[in-house]
Amino acid sequence: MPDPLPNPLLRVDNLVRRFGGITATDNLSLEVVPGELHAIIGPNGAGKTTLISQLTGQLMPNSGSIHFGGRDVTGLPSYKRSRLGLARSFQITSLLKDFSAIDNVALAAQAHDGHSFRFWGNARKEQHLRAAARAALERVGLGKRADIVVSQLSHGEQRELELAVALATRPQLLLLDEPMAGLGVTESARMVALLKELRKEVTIVLVEHDMEAVFALADRITVLVYGRVIACDVPDAIRKHDEVKRAYLGEQHAVTRHD
Amino acid sequence: MKMPKLNASNAVAAIVCAALVLLPVYSAVTGNIFILTLFTRIVILALAAASLNLIMGYGGMMSFGHAAYLGIGGYAVGILAAEGFGSGFIQWPVALAVSALFALVVGALSLRTRGVYFIMITLAFAQMAYYIASALSRYGGDDGLTVYKRSDFAGLINLSDRTQFYYLCLACLFGGLYLIWRIVNSRFGLVVQGVRSNEQRMQAIGFHANRYRLVCFVIAGTICGLAGALLANNTDFVSPAVMYWTRSGDLMVMVILGGMGSLFGPVIGAIVFLVLEELLSQFTEYWALIMGPLLLLIVLFARGGIMGLLGRTHRA
Repeated sequence: MPDPLPNPLLRVDNLVRRFGGITATDNLSLEVVPGELHAIIGPNGAGKTTLISQLTGQLMPNSGSIHFGGRDVTGLPSYKRSRLGLARSFQITSLLKDFSAIDNVALAAQAHDGHSFRFWGNARKEQHLRAAARAALERVGLGKRADIVVSQLSHGEQRELELAVALATRPQLLLLDEPMAGLGVTESARMVALLKELRKEVTIVLVEHDMEAVFALADRITVLVYGRVIACDVPDAIRKHDEVKRAYLGEQHAVTRHD
Repeated sequence: MKMPKLNASNAVAAIVCAALVLLPVYSAVTGNIFILTLFTRIVILALAAASLNLIMGYGGMMSFGHAAYLGIGGYAVGILAAEGFGSGFIQWPVALAVSALFALVVGALSLRTRGVYFIMITLAFAQMAYYIASALSRYGGDDGLTVYKRSDFAGLINLSDRTQFYYLCLACLFGGLYLIWRIVNSRFGLVVQGVRSNEQRMQAIGFHANRYRLVCFVIAGTICGLAGALLANNTDFVSPAVMYWTRSGDLMVMVILGGMGSLFGPVIGAIVFLVLEELLSQFTEYWALIMGPLLLLIVLFARGGIMGLLGRTHRA
């Protein structure tokens, strides 16, 4: 365990989540400090997505606690966590497929702009929502694709749109679940460049299989194996960490290189 | 004001609207009273179907108990009339309020579930309403309740006059469609449609999905309650049969036939369904044998219903 850092933005204590006989999250503790890009890596089935889902509230832990911004959010439903400034992107793209790109982003802006029990005015004509959405789309390089229906966007564009949607909620903490999943070489490079920009503005937790990207981007890396943290340190230390090498990097690295 | 796009579906909607407005003239000129009677019923059920479309087409909530509101609206009018409250200014607000309340209870319980369970629970509630109405021996029980006098609007409008009543129904339909159109494009409407498309995503960006669903469910129930009040006035009669599950099925068929999630689809659906029913039943009592395969073809080959075939380009 690393020394406790001052004022973590996110603090996870002794989190446990079981599925039947399998312990997907095994007494997991973790701290994310403001401003850092904290990567979480681990072989398939290490419980990364399970962890992210508990952080955002899609999944409730069996025990343990999650504090966000000093507040206990363990039992809070996901929509309330989102309002506190916790945003996520999904590993498997999860967008409103029959809506245009800008509608997807504008809805995220709308969610954080008072309640939506407004029944009369045309929401697509609310300039401040449209402007916020357009800005987020520009940010991820989708400015020219605003009016395209999501199902017509390429996979890479949908990954970028995931990010724009998360950004439009103006999060304090961005949880990115494998943003490079399924991206080609050039698309991955664009995503890395984009994340390099974003990290200046927002604290990021990045779950990613692409080791090159992780080591290029992360301030600290937490390594999960079978739901447990086996190491948490700066990239150079993780590279040299024996247990990590044994449990993960050796075989998995080769596999990642394969695809 | 932006002009609506000129395409086949909008053109058809405009022509149908014009035809509905001019129908009483045609009826008066030709002396064909039957067509006015038929279309009064069609217009009322189109309003009910449009309200179902709001939750089913836009909200993705497959309610299989929507006819309950037709009965509730109808019974509110019938029971109040029987108890000596003949004024529409009392009857209609009560019809709407009771429908809204029923929708609130049904929605609050059934929206905890999804998919088949949601369909079953809404069906169960509607059947419950059906049996309760059957048990109201004071109000006719199984045999139903005759409404001896139509709702009285203090001389403003005479509901017993065929033409006036038709235009009232038509005004309610157009008003209902306009309301739904505004709702669908509002902040609220986008949230409801977003939840239909991807509930998990909507929760993740900060929407309490079920709250929006519930309000949408109540709005649809209330609009259908209005259709129920009109229906009781139209037939001068209300019976439990209005609420039977096959009637809920009819409403669903109208929506699917016309085009789910298309504003005008349910109107087309109601017209096609009820006119076909009328025509086919003149030839054979087994008219459902023809209606069934027709619906099958629509579902298999034209997911967007008739409006979809006409080239509706996008939802809402």
